[in-house]
Amino acid sequence: MSAAPDNILEVENIHTFIGEFHILEGVSVSVPRGSITVLLGRNGAGKTTTLRSIIGLTPPRSGEIRFNGQPLRGKRPHTIAQMGIGYVPEKRIIFRDLTVAQNLQIAERKKGDLAGKADFIFGLFPDLKRLYHLPGGHLSGGQQQMLAVARALVADNDLLLIDEPSEGLAPVIIEQMMGAIRQLSARTTVLLVEQNFQVASHLAERYVIIEEGVSVHAGLMADLVNDPELIKTTLGVA
Amino acid sequence: MHSYFAHLSPQHRRSWLLVVAYVAALLAISLADFGANTAGQTMFRGVLLGMLIFLVASGLSLIFGLLDVLNFAQGAFLLIGAYVGYDVYLRVDGSADVRFLAAIASGVAFVALIGAIMEMGLIRPLYERPVFQLVLTFGLGAIFLDLVERYYGADPKQPLAPPTLLNDNFSLFGQSLSYYRLFIIILGIVMMIGVFLLLNRTRIGIIIRAGVQDPEMVQALGINVRRVFTLVFVLGAGLAALGGIALVPYQGATLGMGNQFLILAIVVIVIGGMGSFEGTAIASIVVGLTRAVAEQLSLAHFNAPVLAETSVLLLMIVVLLVQPNGLFGRGD
Repeated sequence: MSAAPDNILEVENIHTFIGEFHILEGVSVSVPRGSITVLLGRNGAGKTTTLRSIIGLTPPRSGEIRFNGQPLRGKRPHTIAQMGIGYVPEKRIIFRDLTVAQNLQIAERKKGDLAGKADFIFGLFPDLKRLYHLPGGHLSGGQQQMLAVARALVADNDLLLIDEPSEGLAPVIIEQMMGAIRQLSARTTVLLVEQNFQVASHLAERYVIIEEGVSVHAGLMADLVNDPELIKTTLGVA
Repeated sequence: MHSYFAHLSPQHRRSWLLVVAYVAALLAISLADFGANTAGQTMFRGVLLGMLIFLVASGLSLIFGLLDVLNFAQGAFLLIGAYVGYDVYLRVDGSADVRFLAAIASGVAFVALIGAIMEMGLIRPLYERPVFQLVLTFGLGAIFLDLVERYYGADPKQPLAPPTLLNDNFSLFGQSLSYYRLFIIILGIVMMIGVFLLLNRTRIGIIIRAGVQDPEMVQALGINVRRVFTLVFVLGAGLAALGGIALVPYQGATLGMGNQFLILAIVVIVIGGMGSFEGTAIASIVVGLTRAVAEQLSLAHFNAPVLAETSVLLLMIVVLLVQPNGLFGRGD
Protein backbone atom coordinates (compact mmCIF):
# COMPACT_ATOMS: atom_id res chain seq x y z
CA MET A 1 0.00 0.00 0.00
CA SER A 2 1.47 3.36 -1.01
CA ALA A 3 1.65 6.23 1.45
CA ALA A 4 -0.82 9.08 1.08
CA PRO A 5 0.64 11.93 -1.00
CA ASP A 6 1.89 14.98 0.97
CA ASN A 7 -0.47 17.22 -0.95
CA ILE A 8 -4.07 16.20 -0.44
CA LEU A 9 -5.11 18.26 -3.47
CA GLU A 10 -3.24 19.07 -6.65
CA VAL A 11 -4.83 21.38 -9.21
CA GLU A 12 -2.70 21.57 -12.35
CA ASN A 13 -3.22 24.24 -14.97
CA ILE A 14 -7.00 24.02 -15.19
CA HIS A 15 -9.01 25.93 -17.77
CA THR A 16 -12.67 26.46 -16.97
CA PHE A 17 -15.39 28.08 -19.04
CA ILE A 18 -18.80 29.39 -18.02
CA GLY A 19 -20.78 29.29 -21.23
CA GLU A 20 -18.32 30.72 -23.76
CA PHE A 21 -16.48 32.84 -21.19
CA HIS A 22 -12.99 31.57 -20.44
CA ILE A 23 -12.88 32.15 -16.68
CA LEU A 24 -9.88 30.12 -15.53
CA GLU A 25 -6.96 30.35 -17.94
CA GLY A 26 -4.43 28.26 -16.06
CA VAL A 27 -4.87 27.83 -12.34
CA SER A 28 -2.60 25.59 -10.32
CA VAL A 29 -3.01 25.02 -6.59
CA SER A 30 -1.25 22.63 -4.23
CA VAL A 31 -2.83 22.00 -0.84
CA PRO A 32 -0.64 20.26 1.74
CA ARG A 33 -2.43 17.77 3.98
CA GLY A 34 -3.50 19.30 7.30
CA SER A 35 -2.99 22.90 6.19
CA ILE A 36 -5.22 25.91 5.75
CA THR A 37 -4.59 27.32 2.28
CA VAL A 38 -6.29 30.47 1.05
CA LEU A 39 -7.04 31.61 -2.48
CA LEU A 40 -6.54 35.36 -2.74
CA GLY A 41 -7.31 37.77 -5.55
CA ARG A 42 -9.45 40.69 -6.56
CA ASN A 43 -13.18 40.37 -7.25
CA GLY A 44 -13.84 38.31 -10.37
CA ALA A 45 -10.31 36.85 -10.46
CA GLY A 46 -11.63 33.27 -10.54
CA LYS A 47 -11.35 32.14 -6.90
CA THR A 48 -14.94 30.89 -6.57
CA THR A 49 -14.75 29.24 -9.99
CA THR A 50 -11.63 27.39 -8.82
CA LEU A 51 -13.52 25.91 -5.87
CA ARG A 52 -16.50 25.08 -8.12
CA SER A 53 -14.14 23.41 -10.60
CA ILE A 54 -12.69 21.23 -7.84
CA ILE A 55 -16.10 20.06 -6.57
CA GLY A 56 -17.25 19.54 -10.18
CA LEU A 57 -20.06 22.10 -10.33
CA THR A 58 -18.22 24.02 -13.05
CA PRO A 59 -15.98 21.31 -14.45
CA PRO A 60 -12.74 22.36 -16.13
CA ARG A 61 -12.31 21.69 -19.85
CA SER A 62 -8.60 20.92 -19.49
CA GLY A 63 -5.95 20.49 -16.84
CA GLU A 64 -5.88 17.97 -14.02
CA ILE A 65 -7.22 17.82 -10.48
CA ARG A 66 -6.09 15.08 -8.11
CA PHE A 67 -7.48 14.48 -4.64
CA ASN A 68 -5.60 12.00 -2.46
CA GLY A 69 -3.83 11.00 -5.69
CA GLN A 70 -7.11 10.21 -7.47
CA PRO A 71 -8.04 12.19 -10.60
CA LEU A 72 -11.30 14.16 -10.25
CA ARG A 73 -11.81 15.39 -13.80
CA GLY A 74 -14.84 13.89 -15.50
CA LYS A 75 -16.40 12.86 -12.19
CA ARG A 76 -19.79 14.25 -11.21
CA PRO A 77 -20.15 16.51 -8.15
CA HIS A 78 -21.83 13.92 -5.95
CA THR A 79 -19.06 11.39 -6.66
CA ILE A 80 -16.37 13.98 -5.88
CA ALA A 81 -18.13 14.89 -2.62
CA GLN A 82 -18.40 11.20 -1.67
CA MET A 83 -14.62 10.89 -2.08
CA GLY A 84 -14.32 13.14 0.98
CA ILE A 85 -14.64 16.76 -0.07
CA GLY A 86 -17.02 19.12 1.73
CA TYR A 87 -18.13 22.35 0.09
CA VAL A 88 -19.33 25.53 1.79
CA PRO A 89 -20.53 27.85 -0.98
CA GLU A 90 -20.39 31.63 -0.92
CA LYS A 91 -23.43 33.63 0.18
CA ARG A 92 -24.06 31.02 2.90
CA ILE A 93 -26.39 28.90 0.80
CA ILE A 94 -28.44 26.78 3.14
CA PHE A 95 -31.80 25.14 2.55
CA ARG A 96 -34.03 27.90 3.91
CA ASP A 97 -37.24 25.85 4.09
CA LEU A 98 -35.60 22.97 5.94
CA THR A 99 -35.00 23.08 9.68
CA VAL A 100 -31.47 23.28 11.07
CA ALA A 101 -31.79 19.58 11.94
CA GLN A 102 -32.83 18.68 8.37
CA ASN A 103 -30.04 20.84 6.90
CA LEU A 104 -27.58 18.74 8.89
CA GLN A 105 -29.31 15.39 8.36
CA ILE A 106 -29.28 15.78 4.59
CA ALA A 107 -25.47 15.91 4.69
CA GLU A 108 -25.22 12.43 6.24
CA ARG A 109 -23.57 9.94 3.90
CA LYS A 110 -24.12 7.05 6.25
CA LYS A 111 -26.48 6.51 9.16
CA GLY A 112 -25.09 7.90 12.37
CA ASP A 113 -22.82 10.52 10.76
CA LEU A 114 -24.63 13.36 12.51
CA ALA A 115 -24.92 11.58 15.85
CA GLY A 116 -21.18 10.89 15.77
CA LYS A 117 -20.28 14.50 15.02
CA ALA A 118 -22.96 16.29 17.04
CA ASP A 119 -20.72 17.08 20.03
CA PHE A 120 -17.99 18.48 17.81
CA ILE A 121 -20.40 20.53 15.66
CA PHE A 122 -22.37 21.96 18.59
CA GLY A 123 -19.09 22.60 20.42
CA LEU A 124 -18.03 24.79 17.50
CA PHE A 125 -21.42 26.40 16.98
CA PRO A 126 -23.51 26.19 20.19
CA ASP A 127 -26.22 28.42 18.66
CA LEU A 128 -27.18 25.66 16.23
CA LYS A 129 -28.19 23.34 19.07
CA ARG A 130 -30.59 25.98 20.40
CA LEU A 131 -32.00 26.63 16.93
CA TYR A 132 -32.15 22.95 15.96
CA HIS A 133 -35.85 22.86 15.04
CA LEU A 134 -36.13 26.27 13.40
CA PRO A 135 -36.27 26.65 9.60
CA GLY A 136 -32.96 27.77 8.14
CA GLY A 137 -34.60 30.87 6.67
CA HIS A 138 -35.31 32.15 10.20
CA LEU A 139 -31.61 32.25 11.14
CA SER A 140 -29.47 35.41 11.12
CA GLY A 141 -26.73 35.78 8.50
CA GLY A 142 -24.05 34.64 10.94
CA GLN A 143 -26.07 31.65 12.07
CA GLN A 144 -26.70 30.66 8.44
CA GLN A 145 -22.97 30.76 7.78
CA MET A 146 -22.39 28.57 10.85
CA LEU A 147 -24.99 26.14 9.53
CA ALA A 148 -23.38 26.08 6.08
CA VAL A 149 -20.00 25.20 7.64
CA ALA A 150 -21.55 22.74 10.10
CA ARG A 151 -23.29 20.93 7.22
CA ALA A 152 -19.93 20.29 5.59
CA LEU A 153 -18.67 18.77 8.84
CA VAL A 154 -21.37 16.09 9.16
CA ALA A 155 -19.81 13.58 6.76
CA ASP A 156 -16.22 12.34 6.99
CA ASN A 157 -14.47 14.85 4.76
CA ASP A 158 -10.70 15.04 4.36
CA LEU A 159 -10.87 18.43 2.65
CA LEU A 160 -13.19 21.39 3.11
CA LEU A 161 -13.65 24.01 0.43
CA ILE A 162 -14.96 27.16 2.10
CA ASP A 163 -15.94 30.16 0.00
CA GLU A 164 -15.88 33.62 1.64
CA PRO A 165 -16.74 32.58 5.22
CA SER A 166 -16.54 36.18 6.51
CA GLU A 167 -18.56 37.84 3.73
CA GLY A 168 -21.21 40.19 5.09
CA LEU A 169 -20.72 39.15 8.73
CA ALA A 170 -20.33 41.39 11.79
CA PRO A 171 -16.79 41.54 13.25
CA VAL A 172 -17.74 39.55 16.34
CA ILE A 173 -19.21 36.76 14.18
CA ILE A 174 -16.16 36.80 11.92
CA GLU A 175 -14.02 36.27 15.02
CA GLN A 176 -16.19 33.32 16.04
CA MET A 177 -16.07 31.87 12.53
CA MET A 178 -12.26 32.19 12.40
CA GLY A 179 -12.02 30.36 15.72
CA ALA A 180 -14.24 27.58 14.39
CA ILE A 181 -12.21 27.20 11.18
CA ARG A 182 -8.99 27.01 13.21
CA GLN A 183 -10.51 24.29 15.40
CA LEU A 184 -11.89 22.24 12.54
CA SER A 185 -8.56 22.48 10.69
CA ALA A 186 -7.14 20.22 13.39
CA ARG A 187 -9.32 17.45 11.88
CA THR A 188 -9.43 18.30 8.21
CA THR A 189 -7.53 20.18 5.52
CA VAL A 190 -9.06 23.51 4.47
CA LEU A 191 -8.92 25.38 1.18
CA LEU A 192 -10.71 28.66 1.50
CA VAL A 193 -11.48 31.72 -0.53
CA GLU A 194 -11.29 34.91 1.50
CA GLN A 195 -11.58 38.48 0.31
CA ASN A 196 -10.73 39.95 3.71
CA PHE A 197 -6.92 39.89 3.81
CA GLN A 198 -6.82 40.43 7.57
CA VAL A 199 -8.92 37.31 8.11
CA ALA A 200 -6.98 35.33 5.50
CA SER A 201 -3.57 36.23 6.91
CA HIS A 202 -4.59 35.25 10.43
CA LEU A 203 -6.07 31.93 9.37
CA ALA A 204 -4.01 30.47 6.57
CA GLU A 205 -0.53 29.02 6.50
CA ARG A 206 -0.30 29.05 2.71
CA TYR A 207 -1.71 31.23 -0.05
CA VAL A 208 -2.28 31.21 -3.79
CA ILE A 209 -2.96 34.48 -5.61
CA ILE A 210 -5.18 34.35 -8.69
CA GLU A 211 -5.22 37.22 -11.17
CA GLU A 212 -7.64 37.27 -14.10
CA GLY A 213 -8.05 33.52 -14.11
CA VAL A 214 -4.36 32.66 -13.71
CA SER A 215 -2.55 31.61 -10.52
CA VAL A 216 0.40 33.99 -10.30
CA HIS A 217 1.91 33.55 -6.85
CA ALA A 218 1.91 30.87 -4.18
CA GLY A 219 3.78 30.32 -0.98
CA LEU A 220 3.78 30.68 2.78
CA MET A 221 1.49 33.29 4.29
CA ALA A 222 4.30 34.32 6.64
CA ASP A 223 6.32 35.40 3.59
CA LEU A 224 3.39 37.22 1.99
CA VAL A 225 2.60 39.37 5.03
CA ASN A 226 6.22 40.57 4.93
CA ASP A 227 5.93 41.62 1.29
CA PRO A 228 3.69 44.69 1.26
CA GLU A 229 4.61 45.51 -2.32
CA LEU A 230 3.28 42.16 -3.59
CA ILE A 231 0.14 42.54 -1.48
CA LYS A 232 -0.47 46.01 -2.87
CA THR A 233 0.14 45.14 -6.53
CA THR A 234 -1.78 41.88 -6.60
CA LEU A 235 -4.53 42.41 -4.05
CA GLY A 236 -4.83 46.18 -3.94
CA VAL A 237 -4.45 46.11 -0.15
CA ALA A 238 -2.34 48.90 1.27
CA MET B 1 -49.04 20.93 12.18
CA HIS B 2 -48.68 23.38 15.09
CA SER B 3 -45.03 24.01 14.21
CA TYR B 4 -46.04 24.47 10.56
CA PHE B 5 -48.22 27.47 11.43
CA ALA B 6 -45.77 28.74 14.05
CA HIS B 7 -42.99 29.03 11.44
CA LEU B 8 -45.01 30.53 8.60
CA SER B 9 -43.56 33.63 6.98
CA PRO B 10 -45.71 36.81 7.12
CA GLN B 11 -46.43 36.44 3.38
CA HIS B 12 -47.68 32.88 3.80
CA ARG B 13 -49.78 33.88 6.83
CA ARG B 14 -51.39 36.55 4.69
CA SER B 15 -51.98 33.95 1.97
CA TRP B 16 -53.74 31.66 4.44
CA LEU B 17 -55.97 34.54 5.52
CA LEU B 18 -56.73 35.38 1.88
CA VAL B 19 -57.61 31.76 1.13
CA VAL B 20 -59.90 31.43 4.15
CA ALA B 21 -61.61 34.76 3.34
CA TYR B 22 -61.98 33.82 -0.33
CA VAL B 23 -63.50 30.39 0.39
CA ALA B 24 -65.83 32.00 2.94
CA ALA B 25 -66.89 34.51 0.26
CA LEU B 26 -67.55 31.70 -2.24
CA LEU B 27 -69.66 29.93 0.36
CA ALA B 28 -71.55 33.13 1.20
CA ILE B 29 -72.25 33.86 -2.49
CA SER B 30 -73.42 30.27 -3.02
CA LEU B 31 -75.72 30.36 0.01
CA ALA B 32 -77.18 33.70 -1.03
CA ASP B 33 -77.65 32.79 -4.67
CA PHE B 34 -78.45 29.06 -4.72
CA GLY B 35 -79.85 28.28 -1.26
CA ALA B 36 -78.37 25.88 1.29
CA ASN B 37 -78.81 22.58 -0.57
CA THR B 38 -77.47 23.67 -3.96
CA ALA B 39 -74.68 25.59 -2.26
CA GLY B 40 -73.67 22.45 -0.37
CA GLN B 41 -73.81 20.35 -3.55
CA THR B 42 -71.73 22.96 -5.40
CA MET B 43 -69.05 23.05 -2.70
CA PHE B 44 -68.95 19.23 -2.67
CA ARG B 45 -68.46 19.21 -6.45
CA GLY B 46 -65.76 21.85 -6.07
CA VAL B 47 -63.82 19.85 -3.50
CA LEU B 48 -64.12 16.72 -5.66
CA LEU B 49 -62.82 18.57 -8.72
CA GLY B 50 -60.08 20.09 -6.57
CA MET B 51 -58.88 16.64 -5.51
CA LEU B 52 -58.75 15.45 -9.12
CA ILE B 53 -56.84 18.58 -10.13
CA PHE B 54 -54.48 18.00 -7.20
CA LEU B 55 -53.51 14.56 -8.49
CA VAL B 56 -52.32 16.10 -11.77
CA ALA B 57 -51.00 19.36 -10.33
CA SER B 58 -48.96 17.84 -7.49
CA GLY B 59 -46.83 15.95 -9.98
CA LEU B 60 -46.54 18.99 -12.23
CA SER B 61 -45.52 21.12 -9.26
CA LEU B 62 -42.97 18.64 -7.88
CA ILE B 63 -41.43 18.18 -11.33
CA PHE B 64 -41.29 21.91 -11.97
CA GLY B 65 -39.95 22.69 -8.51
CA LEU B 66 -37.13 20.19 -8.62
CA LEU B 67 -36.31 19.88 -12.30
CA ASP B 68 -37.38 23.31 -13.60
CA VAL B 69 -39.31 21.44 -16.27
CA LEU B 70 -42.86 22.55 -17.02
CA ASN B 71 -44.05 19.15 -18.15
CA PHE B 72 -46.72 19.66 -20.79
CA ALA B 73 -47.05 15.88 -21.06
CA GLN B 74 -48.49 15.72 -17.53
CA GLY B 75 -52.04 15.84 -18.93
CA ALA B 76 -51.17 12.93 -21.21
CA PHE B 77 -50.10 10.91 -18.14
CA LEU B 78 -53.65 11.32 -16.80
CA LEU B 79 -55.06 10.39 -20.21
CA ILE B 80 -52.92 7.26 -20.61
CA GLY B 81 -53.64 6.21 -17.02
CA ALA B 82 -57.38 6.53 -17.68
CA TYR B 83 -57.36 4.58 -20.96
CA VAL B 84 -54.97 1.85 -19.84
CA GLY B 85 -56.95 1.49 -16.61
CA TYR B 86 -60.16 1.32 -18.64
CA ASP B 87 -58.65 -1.30 -20.94
CA VAL B 88 -57.37 -3.47 -18.09
CA TYR B 89 -60.69 -3.18 -16.28
CA LEU B 90 -62.46 -4.67 -19.30
CA ARG B 91 -59.89 -7.40 -19.91
CA VAL B 92 -59.51 -8.74 -16.37
CA ASP B 93 -61.90 -11.42 -15.09
CA GLY B 94 -63.34 -11.10 -11.64
CA SER B 95 -65.49 -8.84 -9.53
CA ALA B 96 -65.70 -5.08 -10.07
CA ASP B 97 -63.42 -4.69 -7.01
CA VAL B 98 -60.67 -6.88 -8.45
CA ARG B 99 -60.95 -5.24 -11.87
CA PHE B 100 -60.80 -1.77 -10.35
CA LEU B 101 -57.71 -2.58 -8.29
CA ALA B 102 -56.08 -4.19 -11.35
CA ALA B 103 -56.89 -1.07 -13.38
CA ILE B 104 -55.27 1.20 -10.77
CA ALA B 105 -52.16 -0.97 -10.37
CA SER B 106 -51.56 -1.45 -14.08
CA GLY B 107 -52.42 2.11 -15.13
CA VAL B 108 -50.16 3.67 -12.48
CA ALA B 109 -47.31 1.22 -13.13
CA PHE B 110 -47.50 1.68 -16.92
CA VAL B 111 -47.48 5.47 -16.75
CA ALA B 112 -44.74 5.47 -14.09
CA LEU B 113 -42.63 3.37 -16.47
CA ILE B 114 -43.29 5.84 -19.30
CA GLY B 115 -42.30 8.65 -16.92
CA ALA B 116 -39.02 6.93 -16.03
CA ILE B 117 -38.12 6.27 -19.67
CA MET B 118 -39.08 9.81 -20.64
CA GLU B 119 -37.01 11.44 -17.88
CA MET B 120 -33.92 9.28 -18.36
CA GLY B 121 -34.00 9.08 -22.14
CA LEU B 122 -35.38 12.41 -23.32
CA ILE B 123 -35.57 15.05 -20.59
CA ARG B 124 -32.17 14.40 -18.98
CA PRO B 125 -30.06 15.28 -22.03
CA LEU B 126 -31.90 18.62 -22.21
CA TYR B 127 -31.55 19.82 -18.59
CA GLU B 128 -29.28 22.66 -19.70
CA ARG B 129 -31.73 23.76 -22.41
CA PRO B 130 -35.10 24.51 -20.78
CA VAL B 131 -36.75 25.89 -23.94
CA PHE B 132 -36.10 22.61 -25.75
CA GLN B 133 -37.57 20.72 -22.77
CA LEU B 134 -40.72 22.78 -23.06
CA VAL B 135 -41.05 21.98 -26.75
CA LEU B 136 -40.16 18.34 -26.10
CA THR B 137 -42.81 17.79 -23.42
CA PHE B 138 -45.37 19.67 -25.51
CA GLY B 139 -44.58 17.45 -28.48
CA LEU B 140 -44.63 14.29 -26.40
CA GLY B 141 -48.03 15.26 -25.01
CA ALA B 142 -49.37 15.58 -28.56
CA ILE B 143 -47.79 12.25 -29.59
CA PHE B 144 -49.24 10.45 -26.56
CA LEU B 145 -52.68 11.88 -27.38
CA ASP B 146 -52.40 10.64 -30.98
CA LEU B 147 -51.26 7.20 -29.84
CA VAL B 148 -54.19 6.89 -27.41
CA GLU B 149 -56.61 7.95 -30.17
CA ARG B 150 -55.08 5.50 -32.62
CA TYR B 151 -55.16 2.59 -30.19
CA TYR B 152 -58.46 3.24 -28.41
CA GLY B 153 -60.40 5.29 -30.96
CA ALA B 154 -61.89 8.77 -30.70
CA ASP B 155 -65.22 7.78 -29.16
CA PRO B 156 -65.70 8.68 -25.50
CA LYS B 157 -65.63 5.72 -23.10
CA GLN B 158 -68.64 5.37 -20.86
CA PRO B 159 -68.15 5.41 -17.07
CA LEU B 160 -67.39 1.97 -15.65
CA ALA B 161 -69.00 0.44 -12.62
CA PRO B 162 -67.19 1.49 -9.44
CA PRO B 163 -66.12 -1.14 -6.88
CA THR B 164 -69.10 -2.79 -5.20
CA LEU B 165 -68.33 -1.17 -1.85
CA LEU B 166 -68.64 2.24 -3.44
CA ASN B 167 -71.58 1.52 -5.71
CA ASP B 168 -74.25 2.63 -3.23
CA ASN B 169 -75.63 6.12 -2.91
CA PHE B 170 -75.89 8.43 0.03
CA SER B 171 -77.88 11.59 0.53
CA LEU B 172 -76.14 14.93 0.94
CA PHE B 173 -77.67 18.39 0.75
CA GLY B 174 -80.88 16.89 -0.64
CA GLN B 175 -79.10 15.09 -3.47
CA SER B 176 -78.36 11.41 -3.92
CA LEU B 177 -74.63 10.93 -4.54
CA SER B 178 -72.59 7.80 -5.12
CA TYR B 179 -70.03 6.79 -2.50
CA TYR B 180 -67.54 6.73 -5.33
CA ARG B 181 -67.50 10.56 -5.36
CA LEU B 182 -66.71 10.52 -1.68
CA PHE B 183 -63.99 7.97 -2.42
CA ILE B 184 -62.33 10.37 -4.89
CA ILE B 185 -62.25 13.08 -2.25
CA ILE B 186 -60.81 10.68 0.33
CA LEU B 187 -58.27 9.43 -2.23
CA GLY B 188 -57.19 13.04 -2.85
CA ILE B 189 -56.86 13.71 0.88
CA VAL B 190 -54.89 10.49 1.41
CA MET B 191 -52.54 11.41 -1.45
CA MET B 192 -52.14 14.94 -0.05
CA ILE B 193 -51.23 13.58 3.37
CA GLY B 194 -49.06 10.86 1.83
CA VAL B 195 -47.03 13.28 -0.27
CA PHE B 196 -46.85 15.73 2.66
CA LEU B 197 -45.44 13.00 4.91
CA LEU B 198 -43.07 11.84 2.17
CA LEU B 199 -41.73 15.37 1.76
CA ASN B 200 -41.50 16.19 5.45
CA ARG B 201 -40.82 12.95 7.29
CA THR B 202 -38.52 10.93 5.05
CA ARG B 203 -34.93 11.41 3.98
CA ILE B 204 -35.84 11.23 0.30
CA GLY B 205 -38.52 13.88 0.88
CA ILE B 206 -36.04 16.18 2.59
CA ILE B 207 -33.67 15.69 -0.35
CA ILE B 208 -36.51 16.55 -2.77
CA ARG B 209 -37.34 19.74 -0.84
CA ALA B 210 -33.68 20.70 -0.68
CA GLY B 211 -33.38 19.98 -4.39
CA VAL B 212 -36.32 22.28 -5.12
CA GLN B 213 -34.36 25.08 -3.41
CA ASP B 214 -30.88 24.31 -4.74
CA PRO B 215 -30.17 21.12 -6.72
CA GLU B 216 -26.52 22.12 -7.18
CA MET B 217 -25.90 22.21 -3.44
CA VAL B 218 -27.59 18.86 -2.98
CA GLN B 219 -25.11 17.34 -5.44
CA ALA B 220 -22.22 18.99 -3.63
CA LEU B 221 -23.31 17.14 -0.48
CA GLY B 222 -22.71 13.82 -2.22
CA ILE B 223 -26.27 13.05 -3.31
CA ASN B 224 -26.96 11.76 -6.82
CA VAL B 225 -29.59 14.30 -7.67
CA ARG B 226 -30.35 12.73 -11.08
CA ARG B 227 -31.76 9.65 -9.37
CA VAL B 228 -33.96 11.94 -7.29
CA PHE B 229 -35.08 13.70 -10.50
CA THR B 230 -36.14 10.36 -11.99
CA LEU B 231 -37.96 9.36 -8.82
CA VAL B 232 -39.89 12.64 -8.72
CA PHE B 233 -40.78 12.37 -12.40
CA VAL B 234 -42.05 8.82 -11.81
CA LEU B 235 -44.00 9.92 -8.73
CA GLY B 236 -45.56 12.82 -10.65
CA ALA B 237 -46.51 10.59 -13.57
CA GLY B 238 -47.98 7.96 -11.23
CA LEU B 239 -50.12 10.52 -9.38
CA ALA B 240 -51.52 11.86 -12.66
CA ALA B 241 -52.30 8.33 -13.83
CA LEU B 242 -54.07 7.64 -10.56
CA GLY B 243 -56.20 10.76 -11.16
CA GLY B 244 -57.04 9.52 -14.64
CA ILE B 245 -58.11 6.09 -13.45
CA ALA B 246 -60.13 7.61 -10.60
CA LEU B 247 -62.03 9.64 -13.18
CA VAL B 248 -63.13 6.64 -15.26
CA PRO B 249 -65.96 5.32 -13.03
CA TYR B 250 -67.00 8.94 -12.40
CA GLN B 251 -67.18 10.43 -15.89
CA GLY B 252 -65.66 7.87 -18.27
CA ALA B 253 -62.69 8.63 -20.49
CA THR B 254 -62.37 11.14 -23.31
CA LEU B 255 -59.44 12.28 -25.40
CA GLY B 256 -59.84 15.84 -24.11
CA MET B 257 -59.54 14.98 -20.42
CA GLY B 258 -55.75 15.24 -20.32
CA ASN B 259 -55.53 18.76 -21.69
CA GLN B 260 -58.53 19.90 -19.65
CA PHE B 261 -56.80 18.91 -16.41
CA LEU B 262 -53.38 20.09 -17.63
CA ILE B 263 -54.67 23.66 -18.03
CA LEU B 264 -56.30 23.56 -14.59
CA ALA B 265 -53.10 22.12 -13.10
CA ILE B 266 -50.97 24.89 -14.64
CA VAL B 267 -53.36 27.48 -13.21
CA VAL B 268 -53.07 25.74 -9.83
CA ILE B 269 -49.28 25.75 -9.68
CA VAL B 270 -49.16 29.40 -10.73
CA ILE B 271 -51.72 30.37 -8.07
CA GLY B 272 -50.17 28.14 -5.40
CA GLY B 273 -46.61 29.26 -6.14
CA MET B 274 -44.26 27.39 -8.44
CA GLY B 275 -42.68 24.43 -6.68
CA SER B 276 -44.64 24.80 -3.43
CA PHE B 277 -46.40 21.59 -2.44
CA GLU B 278 -48.62 23.26 0.17
CA GLY B 279 -49.48 25.93 -2.41
CA THR B 280 -50.46 23.25 -4.93
CA ALA B 281 -52.67 21.42 -2.41
CA ILE B 282 -54.47 24.57 -1.29
CA ALA B 283 -54.76 26.10 -4.77
CA SER B 284 -56.22 22.83 -6.13
CA ILE B 285 -59.15 23.07 -3.75
CA VAL B 286 -59.52 26.83 -4.33
CA VAL B 287 -59.57 26.36 -8.11
CA GLY B 288 -61.99 23.42 -7.84
CA LEU B 289 -64.37 25.48 -5.68
CA THR B 290 -64.04 28.55 -7.93
CA ARG B 291 -64.85 26.55 -11.03
CA ALA B 292 -67.82 24.78 -9.41
CA VAL B 293 -69.33 28.01 -8.05
CA ALA B 294 -68.75 29.89 -11.33
CA GLU B 295 -70.33 27.03 -13.25
CA GLN B 296 -73.36 27.01 -10.97
CA LEU B 297 -73.65 30.81 -11.12
CA SER B 298 -73.55 30.89 -14.90
CA LEU B 299 -76.02 28.02 -15.18
CA ALA B 300 -78.38 29.88 -12.86
CA HIS B 301 -78.07 33.24 -14.57
CA PHE B 302 -77.04 32.57 -18.19
CA ASN B 303 -78.33 29.04 -18.61
CA ALA B 304 -74.87 27.94 -19.85
CA PRO B 305 -71.57 27.29 -18.05
CA VAL B 306 -69.87 30.25 -19.75
CA LEU B 307 -68.02 31.51 -16.67
CA ALA B 308 -66.61 28.16 -15.59
CA GLU B 309 -63.44 28.17 -17.71
CA THR B 310 -62.85 31.91 -17.44
CA SER B 311 -63.26 32.10 -13.68
CA VAL B 312 -60.09 30.18 -12.82
CA LEU B 313 -58.04 32.19 -15.31
CA LEU B 314 -59.37 35.43 -13.84
CA LEU B 315 -58.50 34.16 -10.38
CA MET B 316 -54.98 33.40 -11.57
CA ILE B 317 -54.56 36.92 -12.96
CA VAL B 318 -55.79 38.50 -9.71
CA VAL B 319 -53.45 36.35 -7.59
CA LEU B 320 -50.49 37.20 -9.81
CA LEU B 321 -51.27 40.91 -9.48
CA VAL B 322 -51.55 40.68 -5.69
CA GLN B 323 -48.72 38.17 -5.14
CA PRO B 324 -46.54 37.68 -8.22
CA ASN B 325 -44.87 34.57 -6.74
CA GLY B 326 -48.22 32.91 -6.15
CA LEU B 327 -49.83 32.37 -2.75
CA PHE B 328 -47.16 30.12 -1.26
CA GLY B 329 -44.22 30.75 -3.56
CA ARG B 330 -40.86 31.92 -2.28
CA GLY B 331 -40.78 35.69 -1.87
CA ASP B 332 -37.05 36.12 -2.51
